[in-house]
Order: sequence, then C-alpha cells, then structure tokens
Amino acid sequence: MTDTTSNTPHRHIPDRLDNPVKSAIFSWETLLVLVGVAIFIANAFASPYFLNEWSLSDLTFNFTEKAVIALAMALLIISGEIDLSVAAIIALASTLTGMAVQWGVPTPGLVAIGVGVGLLCGAFNGFLVTGLKLPSIVVTIGTMSLFRGLSYAILGDQAYGGYPGDFSWFGQGYVWWVVSFEFVFFVLAAIVFWFMLHRTNFGRRIFAIGNNALAAQFSGVRVNRIKFVLFCLTGLMSGIAAVMLTARLGSTRPSIAQGWELEVITMVVLGGVNILGGAGSILGVVLAALIMGLVTFGLGLLNVPGIVMSIFIGSLLIVVIALPILNRLWRERRQ
Amino acid sequence: MIRFLKQREVMLLAIIAIIVALVTTRSAGFGTPRNLIAVFNDTAVLAMLACGQLLVILTRSIDLSIAANLALTGMIAAMINAAMPGVPVEVLIVGCVVVGGLLGAFNGVLVWKLNIPPIVVTLGTLTIYRGAVFLVSGGTWVNAVDMSDRFKDLTRFVFLDLPMLSWIAIVVIALFVLLMARTSLGRSFYAAGINPTAATYAGIDVGRTKFIAFTLSGMVAGLAGYLWVSRYVIASVDVARGLELQVVAACVIGGVSIAGGIGTVGGAVLGALFLGVINNALPVIGVSPFWQMAISGAAIITAVIFNARGERKRGRIILKSAEAA
Repeated sequence: MTDTTSNTPHRHIPDRLDNPVKSAIFSWETLLVLVGVAIFIANAFASPYFLNEWSLSDLTFNFTEKAVIALAMALLIISGEIDLSVAAIIALASTLTGMAVQWGVPTPGLVAIGVGVGLLCGAFNGFLVTGLKLPSIVVTIGTMSLFRGLSYAILGDQAYGGYPGDFSWFGQGYVWWVVSFEFVFFVLAAIVFWFMLHRTNFGRRIFAIGNNALAAQFSGVRVNRIKFVLFCLTGLMSGIAAVMLTARLGSTRPSIAQGWELEVITMVVLGGVNILGGAGSILGVVLAALIMGLVTFGLGLLNVPGIVMSIFIGSLLIVVIALPILNRLWRERRQ
Repeated sequence: MIRFLKQREVMLLAIIAIIVALVTTRSAGFGTPRNLIAVFNDTAVLAMLACGQLLVILTRSIDLSIAANLALTGMIAAMINAAMPGVPVEVLIVGCVVVGGLLGAFNGVLVWKLNIPPIVVTLGTLTIYRGAVFLVSGGTWVNAVDMSDRFKDLTRFVFLDLPMLSWIAIVVIALFVLLMARTSLGRSFYAAGINPTAATYAGIDVGRTKFIAFTLSGMVAGLAGYLWVSRYVIASVDVARGLELQVVAACVIGGVSIAGGIGTVGGAVLGALFLGVINNALPVIGVSPFWQMAISGAAIITAVIFNARGERKRGRIILKSAEAA
C-alpha cells in the first residue's frame, strides 16, 4: 500500500470511449456472476442435499458476518488504508459482551456493548492512523495483537456462555420463513453502503482519496476526517458482526473468529476492489461474498475440512489478483 | 555522547537491562547468568526470524508467511526423520533451508514478477503453507517418540555453557551483520527501500532485491523450522501460530521503519530480546502469561509511534495539513 512510487503503470489514452453495454458485459461483476452460477450448479450436482430451502438458508449463515465487515472494509481499502484488526475486534467485543452477561445486563444492553466496543476499537485505529499519522498496516497489526490479547487476558482458557434466549435471535433468528435476520441485515447494509459509495459526495471523496490523497486534500476534501470515519465504520460493522456471531455460537472464547481478517480481505479483493486503493464497487463485494459462501458451503457438504478450504481461499486471493496482471503483461508483450 | 545515547539500540539495551534489574529485585534468580542464557536460548528463533524479516521490511515489503513456512518445513523434517531415522540430521537441516528458501522465493516471485502487494501475497501464502502442513501430515502429530535422538539432541548439545541452538542463532546473526555491513547486496536492501527510483537509476533492480530478501527470509524460516521442532519436540499444524506478528513486533520495536530503508540487525535482535525478556519475566512477577499477546500489541503500537517521530521528513512544507495526507 505504500509502494506506488517505484512502478507507475502505463497510461493508455483511448481514441474513443468504450461502449457502455460492451463494458458492462466484460466487467468484473459479470465474470463474478458467471463464476457464482457455475459454482451453484456444480454444488447442486455434487451434493443431493444442496438444493433445499433450508440448506440454502444455512448457506447464508456461512458468510453474512464476514460479508457485513467486508462492506465497510471495501470503503477503507478504496481510500487506500487497510484494517487487519477486524477479527480481533470481534474477539474483544464478544468477550466484553460475555462479561456483561455475567453482570446480568439484558439483551438490548448486550447488543449496545458489542456494537459500541466495535465502534470504539475502530475509532482507536482511526485515531492512530489519522491523528498520529502512522501507517495503517502496522498499526492494525499492533491493535490486532492488542485487542485479541486483551480478550485472552480477560478470559484466559475460560469461555463465556449463558447468553439470554432472546439475544440468540440476532444470530439464529428468522425474519420470515427461511430468511434469517443476519441475511436481511446484510442485504439492507449492502444497499446502504452501495448508496453511500456510489451515490453520494462522501463516496466520490473516498475514490478521490484513494486515487490521490494529496490532490484530494488540495481540492478541499478532509482526507483525515473521512479516513477516521471509515475506520469507525469498519469497527462498527465488526462490532455488529461480533453480536451476530456471538449470538449464533452462544459462547465466547478468545480464539473466536481467528483468521477472519484474511477472509474479509479476500472477499473485498475478489470483489474487484483495487488493493492499492482508488477503485472498486459494492456490487462486486456482495457477489464475491456470495461466491465464497457457495464455495465453502459446497466444500463443507463434501466433507472437506476447514483447513483445506483455507488453502483454497488463500489460493483464490492470489490467483484473483494475479490473473488481471498476467493478462495485462501478456497483452503488452503481444503489442 | 548524547547522540550515542539516543540511538535506538543503546536505548533498547538500557531498557532491557532495567527490566532485568527490576525483575531481579522481585525474584533473585532472574538476573543470574544461567537464567539469562535460558532466556536468550528461548528467544534465539525469534531473533533469527527478525533478521530475515528485517531484509524484507527494509525493501518496503512484509512477510507474514514465515511462521507457516516454519511449521511446514519443520513438519517435513520431522516426518522424514520419523520415517527414515538413518538420514543424517545435517542433511535434514540443509533440506529445511532449501525448502524454506523455495517457499520464500515463491513469495518473492509473486512480488517481483507480478507486482502484487507483499501483504496480499503473504496473507495468501500464510494460509496456503499452513494448510499444506495439514495436507502433508494428515492432521496428525510427530512427537518425541517418533524422532531420533540425534534429531532431538542437536539443539540441546552444550558448548562453552551455551546450547547449540544459541550458537546457531549467534552465527546466523553474525552472518546477517556481515551481509548488511560488508556486501553491496546488503547495502542494496537499504537503497531499494529508502528511494526505489534513485536505486533503479543507480543500477539496482528493486524487484530482484525484494525477491532476494523474501528468499533469504524463507531460508531463515526453514532453518527455524528444524530448530523449533527439535527444541519443542513436537511438529503439528498449530506449531508457531501467530509467531509472524511477534517477529514483525520485534523489528518495529528495534526501530525498523515499516516504510522501508531504515533499520539495523542489532535493532531487530534487541527487539526480539525485549519481547523474550518480557515473556519470560511475566510468570516470574506473577502476571498471567495470557497477558503476553496484549503486551506485545501495546509494545508494537508504542514503538511505531516512536519510530514515526524519528522518521518524519523535515522538508519544505507548503500546505501544512497536506503533509499529513
């Protein structure tokens, strides 16, 4: 994220603009839709249990919590920053929620604590990055260790449980038929984030910052304030994910959500967001989340262990970034 | 004199000495040479890995895959040893360095030839290598009963009061000092990090330099793979999980700038020793070892704040607030 000086990409100035229909057909999002449909069909053939409304409903639980964070992370990465501490924020928020249960706090209080802790953690990251002007990669590596470390310090080898019955609704409840609360929340959040990024001034400014923060600053964009807000948003969404995950599992250990930061970032990058900032779309991230949900659920139905799936996700991350670059190199060589 | 005292290495050494002295007042046994040797031996692997990571960070990259690399090479070495105890341990060690180097080179190629940001590459290979440990081992352990005596004893053999593990670490650190101070390759890591454009004009291939840094970091991780498995007599999927963050922490605490181009071998090693002393002191002063992770997190953040203060560019400022962006 810091290394943009050494290799300025070649800029091609086209003599005519692309046809909008043609560019929509050849867009990254179209490719994602095709891949998603292909995996869906493959799943349907691979397992007889897949095409069932309850199976499909279970599938959504697989990715919604991560996808909710990915929405905010996409904005943060487009602005040229990154947050590696999101999974650790889940651990800390979940631990403090569990602690509140032991004090007899009722459900609305628990939700407020989970979400509030997430927001505070995000604000702390934002302060370190924008207030003290530190690089976000190393700051969030530090806070990742700090937040999860605090939750280890509080819990040790113990676990919190005994969450009230109505609290579990946030992770296990259904709004209507097989449509879960988690999924409804994800869809609503996606619409809000889509509107924010693609239809407001705020969204345009995020792109401006990601493409050239200095130019944005000179154009009157409050770069630091917007980055701070984005860190807070990422923390807030991590707090919400913590509430949903805790409610779904019904218990908290310090190792909760271990390694999720990787999956969240993979979702964002797979969704076509440029890891160096400045480009990306919410639609792409939503599609990428669906694809990752389909893949992991499909592999799960085929009894593939979790750690083998993680190989798949790691490879996916590298391949997805490498393919467009290889394609460009290949075209340049041909010219 | 004041400039000498203000150097990061001198300050760190003083801080470490103060911590040791304070802990010794609480528990007399802590400051004895015997215990300090044990602490150093405990930190040896971390210090070596920090040297490898130093090269990578100097070139404006980061290698998060080293702990997974360590686990994978360690598992391969342990499985070969369990299956064929006749293979000399020396051959296994060389094999570990080669395998580790190849895993590091894979990161390096992706960064060099495809220009993928290092953090993305190594986040990806971190999970791939860790998953590969599971594939290679089938999820089982290799432990003391399966390993040959020589495989286990090599790191424990005591020579001049120091265990072999410490000697190996000292030799590796010495080689790194020589590399950084006395070879043009060592200087090119600094050049490629502090100003890649200028380095290119000076005839340094920045991408290739990064590739070499990743390969060397992988080779150290591979060596550490054998050392770890031999010292703790266990090879499993979960070996050294999260160690990569400790290594980055050691570098940052040692004054290595995450923006590249600034840092010394001495700093990285002292950063590792700082963490080692803290980790060993916690149980002695009656603090739960579960605090380790939070403390190293706080240490990283504090160190980054310190580093940033020292590195702030003193250039001409046209628009004050724009400098921040």
